[in-house]
Amino acid sequence: MNLKTFSIDLKNKRRLIPQVLTLLSIVLAISYFAFNAQVNMDNRGIAFGFGFLTQEASFDIGFSLIDYDGSNSYARAFLVGLLNTLLVSVIGIFFATLIGVTVGIGRLSSNYLVSKFSEVYVEVFRNIPLLLQLFFWYFAALRALPLPEEAINFYDISYLTVKGWYVPKFIWTNFSIFNYSIIAAIIAIIFVSKYAKKQRDEFGKHISSFYIGLALLFTLPALSFLIGGVTLNFEIPVLKQMSTTIFNFDGGVSIIPELMSLAMALSMYTATFIAENVRAGILGIGKGQKEAAASIGLTKAQILKLVVLPQALRIIIPPTTNQYLNLTKNSSLAAAIAYPDIVLVFAGTALMQTGRAIEIVSITMGTYLLISLSISTFMNWYNESVAIKEK
Amino acid sequence: MNLITLKPNKENLNIYLALGTSLLCISFIDIFTNTFLDFNITGFLPSIVSYLSPLILGTFGLHFIRIEYSGNKTLDKINKNLNSSSTNAVLSLVVIFILIKYVPSLLNWLFFDANFLGSTKEDCNGEGACWVFVRVWFNRFMYGMYPDSEQWRINLSFLILLSSIGAIFILPQAFKKYIVLFLLFIFPIIALNLISGGIFGLKLIKTGSWGGLSLTFIVSAFALIFCFPIGVFLALGRRSDLPAIKYSSIGFIELWRGVPLITVLFMSAVMFPMFLPDGTYMDKLMRVIIAITLFEAAYMAEVVRGGLQALPRGQYDAAKSLGMGYWRMHFLVIMPQALKLVIPGIANTFLALVKDTPLIFVVGLLELAGMIGLAKTNPKWLGMATEGYVFAAIVFWIICFSMSRYSQKLEKKLSTDR
Repeated sequence: MNLKTFSIDLKNKRRLIPQVLTLLSIVLAISYFAFNAQVNMDNRGIAFGFGFLTQEASFDIGFSLIDYDGSNSYARAFLVGLLNTLLVSVIGIFFATLIGVTVGIGRLSSNYLVSKFSEVYVEVFRNIPLLLQLFFWYFAALRALPLPEEAINFYDISYLTVKGWYVPKFIWTNFSIFNYSIIAAIIAIIFVSKYAKKQRDEFGKHISSFYIGLALLFTLPALSFLIGGVTLNFEIPVLKQMSTTIFNFDGGVSIIPELMSLAMALSMYTATFIAENVRAGILGIGKGQKEAAASIGLTKAQILKLVVLPQALRIIIPPTTNQYLNLTKNSSLAAAIAYPDIVLVFAGTALMQTGRAIEIVSITMGTYLLISLSISTFMNWYNESVAIKEK
Repeated sequence: MNLITLKPNKENLNIYLALGTSLLCISFIDIFTNTFLDFNITGFLPSIVSYLSPLILGTFGLHFIRIEYSGNKTLDKINKNLNSSSTNAVLSLVVIFILIKYVPSLLNWLFFDANFLGSTKEDCNGEGACWVFVRVWFNRFMYGMYPDSEQWRINLSFLILLSSIGAIFILPQAFKKYIVLFLLFIFPIIALNLISGGIFGLKLIKTGSWGGLSLTFIVSAFALIFCFPIGVFLALGRRSDLPAIKYSSIGFIELWRGVPLITVLFMSAVMFPMFLPDGTYMDKLMRVIIAITLFEAAYMAEVVRGGLQALPRGQYDAAKSLGMGYWRMHFLVIMPQALKLVIPGIANTFLALVKDTPLIFVVGLLELAGMIGLAKTNPKWLGMATEGYVFAAIVFWIICFSMSRYSQKLEKKLSTDR
């Protein structure tokens, strides 16, 4: 045994010992907690398991996208909560992007008032905790809305009241044909844009695929109405007298105030961060890029579309996805104003009824973890696909 | 001739200026009478035209005064900043009209119609804000259910904290280290014992009665102090070349970063007691602080990792060539540089932590937002939610805004250093 092999052994040992110690302490901690949990559950007479998911939930949920009542299982209640979480996240992401992009561009405006206004918006809404904003919208702003009999009327089709926002309900016949027509339009647009690209690359012919696509998107669904037998009716909410003093709206769709205030708070709060990302992205494009584009004769719109945006998006998108992820996680604040999202329905009511803390909290956390990981995996893939390919 | 084509030019400057300003004046008079006198001077027009009349008149007015290089300094300034194109003119007008319409009523509600004096809800006339509510409940909002006679203990702890932070800025470099060590290791023990009591003849005050803004500060201060070292070690673990350590760090960090704080708080409140030996009890506040600390440590780890990745390899090689081991290399060479790089990131994490603390109310700890929720359901003070939440929003805004301004200043200062 010479000195060389000994030194390698020593090095291996130095690498091995900390790893073994770490793993050992993790295993020990987990088994200690598991042992305690086992003892505690034995004392309370509950056995670990997910069988309770098929039991009857026997509680009602105020707002649900799918059919649900108390006779359904806990698994279905979980699904209702999950869908409600996803609903408010999607609405929030949509409006956050809209406001965020507007404000972000506004901050760069040459107009002093507009840029100052945008700056004040960002500084005010970014520095107030989301929970307080949520409480403000829910307990202060939306509670100040009128009762149904004095509802704020939007052209006799939609009413805003303290009990929620009543909008017309769409009643479709042959809805699937309409869906197919939209899918067909999208496929046709993809073909047209590919064809246009080929024509441009090979023959230098310019085909305006944008307008053709727009036309396709309108004509195909319109055709489905004319010859496909698709009809669309609206069920407009009507004020009904429930008793001598109580009025309420009947028919239509009611958007509950919890959903409204949660969507408002989430989108206005997240919009400030998106606005900063957009600003940073546009500022990150060097002046030389724009000047170079202008010097080869591109118009202002072309510069924005062909030179600035493709590069700016590369800077904007990664942090913005992070914000989308934060918004989805923040939607769990719903529990504070009793919007039936996954935390309130499952980690709140269902946990209270079954007492299965470990199973329910881990399912809830696991769901969020799954959402986060899948979005970030998708984003990593996207980032790689738009990254500058260095030759 | 030029008047017909409506293209303003410099020759007829005075005509256009007079025309433009008079149109602008009419548009502003219209909006003022509409807002404050409840009288619509363009009421004879169809309703949609009448509604948009100030905007239309103002846009034409601004169009007429848009004259480049007019020689008039004020005019050029207005044109450059507010009126460079028709779109900008419309935008400027819309912003001005929104300000005229809403700022006065907001100010009236906040100050001029508001009631400050009195001790019951009846002292408010109901027109503006009822700040009496905040005044009466102020002590509760700040200290929760902490007994009035003992509140000096909370004040003293914060005084020590503030003065030692102040001392860091004033005292020379040599003492700074000791103050930081004092803040990290001795201060938490002093503050905890001072506030909870039970020793040295201080009355024991259970954590259940802690609350209000001081609880917000207590939770964030403890989480801040503890999440930092844990975050540093997690970051080092994630960059380690030992697979077991690397992957357990990654797993730990991604687990906490993937879930919302609320579920972590639920875990600490309802799930964690199941993991403790039968019959032992851990204080709820303690559990919540541990949960928030671990949660923020994961975020801190990612910030620190950013700093570690930004350091050039040469620094590691140089330290190794001096014969330094892993720990000496990291704590004498790498960390001081890496941490300096990520000070803005650290400040942002702290800011996020402060903004997250109101969430602890979902597990029944009544910090500021929770105390307001309690106060607004008091039968004597129903309908005071707006005042309460506006007050809390202002308090948090002041704290968070000054923190973010400070971190921006720091960022600027550090970026010029390199």
